[in-house]
Amino acid sequence: MTLALSELFFWLFSLILIASAVMVIWAKNPVHSVLFLILAFFNAAGLFVLAGAEFLAMLLIIVYVGAVAVLFLFVVMMLDVDFAELKAGFMKNAPLGLLVGVILVAELIGFVSSWVITPGMVSRIASPSPVTGGAVNNTQALGAVLYTKYVYFFEASGIILLIAMIGAIVLTLRHKPGVRRQDIGAQVARTPATAVEMVKVKSGESSVPAAKEKV
Amino acid sequence: MAGLSPAMTKFWIGFAGRLEKRSNAMEIGLSSYLGVAAVLFTIGVIGIFLNRKNVIVILMSVELMLLAVNLNLVAFSAHLGDLTGQVFALVILTVAAAEAAIGLAILVVYYRNRGSIAVEDINMMKG
Amino acid sequence: MGTGPDAESLEPKAFANTMYQAILFLPLAGAIITGFFGRALGARASELITCAFMLVAAVLSWIAFSQIALAHEAATVKIPLFRWLTSGDLDVNWSIRVDALTAVMLVVVNTVSSLVHVYSIGYMHEDPHRPRFFAYLSLFTFAMLALVTSDTFLQMFFGWEGVGLMSYLLIGFWYEKPSANAAAMKAFIVNRVGDFGFALGIFGVFAVFRTIDFDTVFAAAPSKTGHFMTFLGGQYDTMTVLCLLLFMGAMGKSAQFMLHTWLPDAMEGPTPVSALIHAATMVTAGVFMVARLSPLFEQSQTALNFVVLIGATTAFFAATVGLVQNDIKRVIAYSTCSQLGYMFVACGVGAYGAGIFHLFTHAFFKALLFLGAGSVIHAMHHEQDMRNMGGLSGKIPWTWGLMLVGTLALTGVGIPGFGGMAGFYSKDAIIDAAFVAHANVAHVYAFDLLVAAAFMTSFYSWRLMFMTFHGQTRADRDTYDHAHESPMVMLVPLIVLALGAIGAGALFEGFFIGEGYAEFWKGALFAGSGNTIREDVRHIPLWTSWAPVVAMASGFALAWVMYIARPAWPAAIVALPGVNGIYYFLLNKWYFDQLYHWVFVVPALWLGRLLWKGGDGAIIDGLGPDGIAASVQRVMRSAVKLQSGFVYHYAFVMLIGVTLIATVFAMPADFRHYVSDALSHLFGRGA
Repeated sequence: MTLALSELFFWLFSLILIASAVMVIWAKNPVHSVLFLILAFFNAAGLFVLAGAEFLAMLLIIVYVGAVAVLFLFVVMMLDVDFAELKAGFMKNAPLGLLVGVILVAELIGFVSSWVITPGMVSRIASPSPVTGGAVNNTQALGAVLYTKYVYFFEASGIILLIAMIGAIVLTLRHKPGVRRQDIGAQVARTPATAVEMVKVKSGESSVPAAKEKV
Repeated sequence: MAGLSPAMTKFWIGFAGRLEKRSNAMEIGLSSYLGVAAVLFTIGVIGIFLNRKNVIVILMSVELMLLAVNLNLVAFSAHLGDLTGQVFALVILTVAAAEAAIGLAILVVYYRNRGSIAVEDINMMKG
Repeated sequence: MGTGPDAESLEPKAFANTMYQAILFLPLAGAIITGFFGRALGARASELITCAFMLVAAVLSWIAFSQIALAHEAATVKIPLFRWLTSGDLDVNWSIRVDALTAVMLVVVNTVSSLVHVYSIGYMHEDPHRPRFFAYLSLFTFAMLALVTSDTFLQMFFGWEGVGLMSYLLIGFWYEKPSANAAAMKAFIVNRVGDFGFALGIFGVFAVFRTIDFDTVFAAAPSKTGHFMTFLGGQYDTMTVLCLLLFMGAMGKSAQFMLHTWLPDAMEGPTPVSALIHAATMVTAGVFMVARLSPLFEQSQTALNFVVLIGATTAFFAATVGLVQNDIKRVIAYSTCSQLGYMFVACGVGAYGAGIFHLFTHAFFKALLFLGAGSVIHAMHHEQDMRNMGGLSGKIPWTWGLMLVGTLALTGVGIPGFGGMAGFYSKDAIIDAAFVAHANVAHVYAFDLLVAAAFMTSFYSWRLMFMTFHGQTRADRDTYDHAHESPMVMLVPLIVLALGAIGAGALFEGFFIGEGYAEFWKGALFAGSGNTIREDVRHIPLWTSWAPVVAMASGFALAWVMYIARPAWPAAIVALPGVNGIYYFLLNKWYFDQLYHWVFVVPALWLGRLLWKGGDGAIIDGLGPDGIAASVQRVMRSAVKLQSGFVYHYAFVMLIGVTLIATVFAMPADFRHYVSDALSHLFGRGA
């Protein structure tokens, strides 16, 4: 019974995932594409849960749906694009795309159906999953390996995110011309020599140098 | 999850618990997961070919392909009972997020400079 | 100049060694200093340094001359300097060899060279490249000294090529002039022909004797007489082959008949260069070589006859061409060519002493004539055409007087049995020797041609004098009015040379060819057992010794009639129908240049152009670099289309590539292995 239920959910999630993926590339309106993308992520998260990767499933929803997809949506709506025109020429490369796609999917399915995992592979497991029904759940187990064994990957991921953040800011930051900004560095670097100019002025004459007047 | 009804909450917890009990058993075959991921990947590929007017959709197609890869990794992880696959998927998630952020930033700057994000207009990348 | 024959031979040996090394290396030092630092030192310092070094070397060589040649004890000084190279049997040491022959050459080379150095200070004083000029002159002197002090064939070849190089550089000294560059190349290339033979001769000597050391080869030479060697597919007499090959080098260097064409063109160089290289020293290297190798040449009568034949032909031919030339330097150049022929005749009939004696005296009066001509040219603002001269004797009396001395010496003025100028002794000795020689080629052919050449020598020399200095001037008014005597720095060397031209014959006749012969040469010149020429010369009939004098006097008389008494005659004679052709034949130097142009230059250019355009350009470049580059470009032009600039094209290519990779892995296993093998072969990783 439970077997049937989980299989039912698997096919449900899979179907919706594939359908929404098709809609992502098929929809006329990019806003719709983004919304279908969000739907696809949700269903992928469901598949993750079915596979026992709850933490990743939650991460997918939080990071992808909460951040990335919203960012997509934001950009799509922010850019003032004529959507009607964007659809033109849609089918031009469709035959090539379909050809490549058919070959690719046929080959991948072929691989999947003929794939055999080496029997000795199980003995080479690097970090085993938690025992079913044990005290440790998936999230804890993942955290235990992530902060110990794979801590450098974790740190590198953090740095990648930081760089991505800085990069995005640097790329999109725009200084408006004509706005006087405070330059703290220049203010601090100022010395008396650069700040004050001593000019000897004879009585009855201007402080403008004589050479300037000649020119 | 606060918005869920108590009954739904109960269902989800029970569902999760049941799943947890036999997560290593993996009644759903590995090949099913891999098949779904292959189809998803191919849809991403086709999406890149189909769309000629909007770079954003190409970026979304790339996200779909990455998702397919993640699905593969998680499936293998579950099948082999090895968490390493999930760690990989985690890193890929991170990189994908960074890539999306940078890609969109470039897109914004590009639109600002050229006034278009049509694929056909992005034609200056040659020597 | 000389220190006289008071023997200073009691000096310690070490000092003598140092002195010989100084003679050889002082010019080199001067050349290095001025060549590398001339720009920094300035022109004046360069002149002073090289002149001072050369004058010291000249004085030292006169001391050496007195010690080696004039002293009584047998002396061949050999100073080994260093081991040069060894390769298998070949073991060559660099050493300085000084015997009487070398001592004579040292005196000639260093005296003339130092005088030319001094003279050049005046002659070149307007030239901006004086340091380079003086460095070249000194380096030339070093190369010439290396040649004459050589102890092996290879060392001689070094000097031989060294003087050739310096001759090339000095002829082309004014490299802005295309004609000077062409003349320099011509000199170099024509000399290559001779040097090719010389090099083959050296190879042959090594092949036959297994050494190239002079003394060893000379000692072994008699034993090879009558032997045969294979050459060009035939069997020939060993010594004849070797001597003829070696003589080929001498022909090139000494501008003998058929290889003479470079010498007149070499007059494009500055006049002091002509005096030093193309009159007194380098061109006589061939004569020196034959004299030095007399032990070899004496073994082959055929080779000696050939030497006589070439020498006599050159003497006659060059004199005929000299009759009609209008360029003052070219007249003297053909005269040089002709006189070199005399020297070879002397060597060929076995009278090496006479040949070297003529070399010795000729160096003085020919350098004098050249430098005098330079003085004329200097006075006339670089006018060289005698048709634009005339009547200069009043304007430049010193030059006129000195040129007169040179002409008298060249034409050999003197009275047999009584005495005369330098040329009288040496040239008449050669003519006498030719007469008494046994071989018909010398006795009849050479003697007649030499007497005829003596007549013509006299004619063209006096023609030169009359056209340049006498009669009405044909120069334009401005040039004539501004003609001026040369400064003392140019006249003093002329005076020294004039003293030599007057006295060298009378003073040294006894040593070179007379009763002091044996004691003077001390075996430096070899004479075969059948060579009795020195004895025979004493018994010549009276008319023979008068013949050249008569020829000389009649040449003078004819020149006087044609250019002083009846100035209209030359043009009238040329206009005669029969003479006209001969005149142009002579004016065009027997059409040798044209002949060579059509026989050698044109085919060589044709062949060169064929190899260049066809062989190199079309085949090698066309199929090689250019062809590969073109096909790369062709392929790339289509490959470049891939780089369209559209990002999605790039994405397509990536995805298609991914699909292809997946396809490879989707193939059946053996087929996949086949493909991956092929790929790894393609990219060179091995199977």
